[in-house]
Amino acid sequence: MSKQENGRHPAAGQIITGDTLEHAQGGFTRRDMMRTLLAGSLMTVSGTGLLSASGAAMAQAAQTGKRGGKMRIATQTSSTADTLDPAKTAHSTDYTRVHMFYNGLTKLDSKLGPQMVLAEEMLTTDAITWTVKLRKGVNFHDGKPLVPADVVYSLMRHKDPATASKVKVLADQIESVKASGPNEVQIKLTSANADLPVILATAQFLIIRDGTTSFTTANGTGAFKIKEFTPGVRTIAVRNENYWKSGLPYLDEVELFGIPDEAARVNALLSGDVHWINDVNARSTGRVKSTPGYTVMETKSGQYTDLVIRQDVAPGNSMDFTLGMKYLLDREQIKMAAFRGYAVTANDQPIDPTNRFYFAGLPQRPYDPDKAKFHLEKAGVLGSTIPLVASVAATGSVDMAVLMQQSAAKIGLKLDVKRVPADGYWSNQWMKVPVGFGNINPRPSADILLTQFFKSDAQWNESGWKNAQFDQLVVAARGETDFAKRKQMYADMQTLIHEKGGLGIPVFITNLEGINSKVKGIEPVPLGAFMNYTCAEYVWLDA
Amino acid sequence: MNGMVLRLILRRLLQAALTLLLVSAGVFFITNLLPGDAAQAALGQAATPETVAALRLQYGLDLPAPLRYAQWLGNLLSGNPGMSLVNNVPVAQMIGGRLPASLMLAAVTAAVSVPLALVLGIVSAMYRGSTFDRVVNVSAVSLVSVPEFLVATVAVMIFAVKLRWLSALSHATDATTVAAFVKAYAMPVMTLCCVIVAQMTRMTRAAVIDQLRSSYAEMALLKGVKRTRIVLRHALPNAIGPIANAVALSLSYLLGGVIIVESIFNYPGIATLMIDAVTTRDMPLVQACSMIFCAGYLLLVLAADVLAIVSNPRLKTR
Repeated sequence: MSKQENGRHPAAGQIITGDTLEHAQGGFTRRDMMRTLLAGSLMTVSGTGLLSASGAAMAQAAQTGKRGGKMRIATQTSSTADTLDPAKTAHSTDYTRVHMFYNGLTKLDSKLGPQMVLAEEMLTTDAITWTVKLRKGVNFHDGKPLVPADVVYSLMRHKDPATASKVKVLADQIESVKASGPNEVQIKLTSANADLPVILATAQFLIIRDGTTSFTTANGTGAFKIKEFTPGVRTIAVRNENYWKSGLPYLDEVELFGIPDEAARVNALLSGDVHWINDVNARSTGRVKSTPGYTVMETKSGQYTDLVIRQDVAPGNSMDFTLGMKYLLDREQIKMAAFRGYAVTANDQPIDPTNRFYFAGLPQRPYDPDKAKFHLEKAGVLGSTIPLVASVAATGSVDMAVLMQQSAAKIGLKLDVKRVPADGYWSNQWMKVPVGFGNINPRPSADILLTQFFKSDAQWNESGWKNAQFDQLVVAARGETDFAKRKQMYADMQTLIHEKGGLGIPVFITNLEGINSKVKGIEPVPLGAFMNYTCAEYVWLDA
Repeated sequence: MNGMVLRLILRRLLQAALTLLLVSAGVFFITNLLPGDAAQAALGQAATPETVAALRLQYGLDLPAPLRYAQWLGNLLSGNPGMSLVNNVPVAQMIGGRLPASLMLAAVTAAVSVPLALVLGIVSAMYRGSTFDRVVNVSAVSLVSVPEFLVATVAVMIFAVKLRWLSALSHATDATTVAAFVKAYAMPVMTLCCVIVAQMTRMTRAAVIDQLRSSYAEMALLKGVKRTRIVLRHALPNAIGPIANAVALSLSYLLGGVIIVESIFNYPGIATLMIDAVTTRDMPLVQACSMIFCAGYLLLVLAADVLAIVSNPRLKTR
C-alpha cells in the first residue's frame, strides 16, 4: 500500500470500523493497524468490513463452486507423531489436518493480512490490551456453542510448559486472557505488539473447547468433522453440515495422508490417486507440467536454507571468516543447481522480496573468490580444514555444501563436508556446530522472524549474533507508527544482518505444489502449501 | 520321533524367550545411545529447555534408563506393552491396526512367491544346463540385483501413470471386493516377489541338484526310475531342510523389511511403524515392534527346522 493512502485515514482520535476499510482489498494490513492504533486511536478490525472486502470473491465462489466430491491430499510427511492437538502441530500435514476441524480467531489472506474468523473484531488502543468480540452462533461439533472460556483456555494453555506447545515462545508475550463479556475476551500482552491478529492466525492458536485434554478425536468449530484419524496412516474428514459459514465447505469428504517418497507422491498425483501434493521437487516440475490435466503451483515465499556460522566459537568469531564464507556463496549456481531455478536470489538477510519491508536498496553481495580469499587469508584459515555440517533435514544444504566446497578448494580452503542424517538434526547439530546449515520456514511477519531468529536473546539465534543496535531497532520498529520510518528501521536491520550477521542466505526457496486441474477455487498464500493449509474449506472439484 | 520333535520345540522356545530378552535389552540400550530423546524429537526446532523438561516428565523420561527398562519388562510380562510416548495411545492398539495389514501382505506374497519359486527351482534343477535353466538363473540374479524401489517406481510409472490399470497407492483398507483386492495388492506383491522369488529359486535349485548328485539318486537312475519320480520322491524330501530355511528367511524379511514397498505404495504396515517409532524415539513402540520381528523370525526358523526333521525320510523310518 502506498503512502498516499495513509492520508485517507487521518487516524488520530478516530474510530475506524470495518466498513471504512474497504480500500484494503484482500484484507486490512498490519501497517494500517499499527499506524492507527499506535497513534492513540481506537481501532476496529471488523468482520463485516473484511467480508465485504472479499465479498466479491465469495459471491463468485458461491456461484461457481460445486458441492460434493471427495478430495485426496498427499503431503511429504506423516508419522505416528501426527496429532489433532493444535499446540503440537509440527508440519504441513498437521497444519492441514487441524485447519479442517478447527477455526482460528483470525486467518491470513493472500497478502498475509489478517482476516477475522471466530473473532468478529479486535479492538485496541495501545496494542497491549486487546478486546476480541467473538462471532455469535458458532457451535462446536458436539453442539456446544463457542464461549469466551474456550478462547481463554485455547490461548492460555500454550504458556504452560507441560502443553509442550510449539509456539510457547510466541505465547509468552500474552500476559493474560480473560472473559470480559458474554461474547468477548480481553487479551493483555506484556508489551505492545500490533501484529497480534497475525500471530493468532498461526495453526497452533486454533480454538479448541474449554478443558480439552484428550486429542484422540477433534471437537472444533471447523468446516469438517472427523471420521477417521490413524496417526501415520490417514485422516478422513467429512463435511460439517452445520458449519457456520453458509455454503461452505464444498467438498463432502477429504482424505489426508503422507507419501514421504517424492517420486511416489508425484506418481500418485499423475495416476489420479490424489488431487493435490506439496513439496514437489524442482526436478519433477517438467513431468507434472507436461502431463495434461495437472499443474504446478509456484508460490514465492520467505523460506530459506542458510549457512550458519556460530559467532561465539572459532572460526566464526573472526568477522573476516564469516565475510569470506559469504563471498564464497555462488548464489546463481545454488539457485540453478540446488533448486533448478525455483528460487529467488537472496542477500544474506532474511526478509524476502514478497515482504513489504524488503529493502531493495541493499547492494547485492556477489560471488567473489578474490574477496573471499582476501578475508579468509586475513582470518588465517587458508590451508586449514574446516568442517561443514549439512543434512537433508535442511532442504538443499547438501548441494549447497558441495558447491561451496568446490569454490573453496579453488582458493585454497579445504571444507570437509560432513553429511549427517536428518534424524535428530535439529536437536543435535543445528546451532551447535561451528559451521552448518539451518532451514527457516516463512514467518507471518517481519517482526516475528527478527524477534525469533536474530535478536540477541532469541531462542533460535542461529549464529549466536549479538548486536545492541539491532535489538533496539527490533523493539522500536514494533512501536513505530510512521510507515516510512518503520520501513527505514527494517532496512537498517536488514543492512546490519547483511553486514555483520553470521548467516549466509543465498536464496529464498519457491514452494512447489502439484495440483490436479479439477481442483478449483485455489488462492495461494505465500506462507505455506495448500493455501496456507486451509484449502479443504474453500476449494471444490470440477467433475 | 514325536518326542524328539517335541523336545526340540520346547528347547527352541526356551532359547527364543532368552533371545527375546537379550534383544529387548540390546534394542533398549542401543536406542538410548541415539542422539536426542522423545521429548526433543517431538519438539524439533521449537524445543526450549523448559518445554523439553516438561515433556520428559510427562513421558517418564526423567527416570534412569535401567529403571525404565525394568518397568517396561515388568509390564510386558503382565501382557501390557505400554503406552506410546508420542501420542499417548496404547502400543497394542497401534500395532493392532498395522500388524494384520503386514501379515496380509506377507501372506499374499508368500502364497504367490513360494509355489512359484519352488516350481522354478525344481524344474531348473531337473533340466540344469538347459536354456530354461539359464534363463531362470540369469533373470533371478538380475531381479535380485535391482533395488526394489526401482522395481516399484518403474511398475507404478507403467501400470498406474501410463496405462492406468492399477492405482499408484495400495488402498488395502478399501479392498472389499475381489477386483479391489487384486488392484490393491498386485503391485506391492509383484515388487516383493521380484526380491524374494529369486533367492528361494536359487536355493531350491541348489538343494535339489545337490541331492541329484548323490549316490542314491544315481542308483535310482540306474534302476530306471523316471526323472520326475527321482526328483519328487527321492531328492525333494531330502532337500526340504535347506529349502525350508531359505523360505523362512525370505518370509521373515516380509514381516519387517518391506519398508520401501510400504512407503512407496503408502501401505500401512508395521515396518513404517517401527521406523516412525525410531525417528520419534518412541521407546515402547520400538521395543514392541522389535519383539514382534524377532519372535516372527524365531518362529519361522523353528518351523523350518521342524519341517526339515519331519520330512527327513531317514528319521521317518526310525
